[in-house]
Amino acid sequence: MTTTDSVALPTQGIEAPRSKRIDPKYLRRSSSSSSSFEMAGWVFMRVSGAALVVLIFVHLFVNLMVGEGIHGVDFGFVAGKWANPVWQFWDLTMLWLAMLHGGNGMRTIINDYAEKDSTRVWLKSILTLSVAVIIVLGTLVIFTFEPCMVDNTGQLLDSAPAFCQNV
Amino acid sequence: MTQTKGTLYKGREGMWSWVGHRITGVGIFFFLLVHVLDTSLVRVSPEAYDAVIGAYKNPIMIMGEIGLVGAIVFHAFNGLRIILVDFWSKGTRYHKQMLWAVMGLWVIVMIGFTARHVMLFLDGWGGF
Repeated sequence: MTTTDSVALPTQGIEAPRSKRIDPKYLRRSSSSSSSFEMAGWVFMRVSGAALVVLIFVHLFVNLMVGEGIHGVDFGFVAGKWANPVWQFWDLTMLWLAMLHGGNGMRTIINDYAEKDSTRVWLKSILTLSVAVIIVLGTLVIFTFEPCMVDNTGQLLDSAPAFCQNV
Repeated sequence: MTQTKGTLYKGREGMWSWVGHRITGVGIFFFLLVHVLDTSLVRVSPEAYDAVIGAYKNPIMIMGEIGLVGAIVFHAFNGLRIILVDFWSKGTRYHKQMLWAVMGLWVIVMIGFTARHVMLFLDGWGGF
């Protein structure tokens, strides 16, 4: 074996990575807006993911693991939680981060598996619309929620939570 | 140096954690759409909300909830593993060990969650 063998090595096996044989279209283009969008998306998935672990674990623990657990979840339970601005903000943050994180994940999956351009456009349009509707609906529900509902005559509904009697 | 047979990725820990992350992610996403819609019923009436949320309180749905939480806990722990693979200097070297840690923590958390959830459910359950 001579030292000239190592020079000829790439032709015998695979070339070393980054040996200038990468198609330019796969290289990072700092001037391209699409690559900076994908980079922002990559960072967002990690930052929002870490936040969602805390937000959702606390959500599950408080709603299912303490008190009566799942039997305690009813209209009065939601009303009691959203009487506190901290839980309103908690649920709002969870809603936005989870829908954007999940929406971006679904976008990645559509890009991976939908090979026809028209199929991709359709699926991503439906996805964008669904995510937008859910975020807007959820946000409106959190901010316009009225725990002590009344009927047309101004009478408190029978099913209103007990604390409404004292308001 | 030990020779790796076959491929480094396909059919191995890296691929299966990726498959698991995708499947759990899609499942959680569709549950989330339904969950925001059912919660939105608090704007309709207390009766409407209680009627629909009551559907979550039977034995079949309890099993579904355990499955859902199982998916969330895997996705959460494996997501933290992905962050460590990306940002921790030794992340790629220990990615397999971290997957076993994910699975171990998942088993511990799920034993605790399932026991507590089933116990609380049976406590307040009025039967069929």
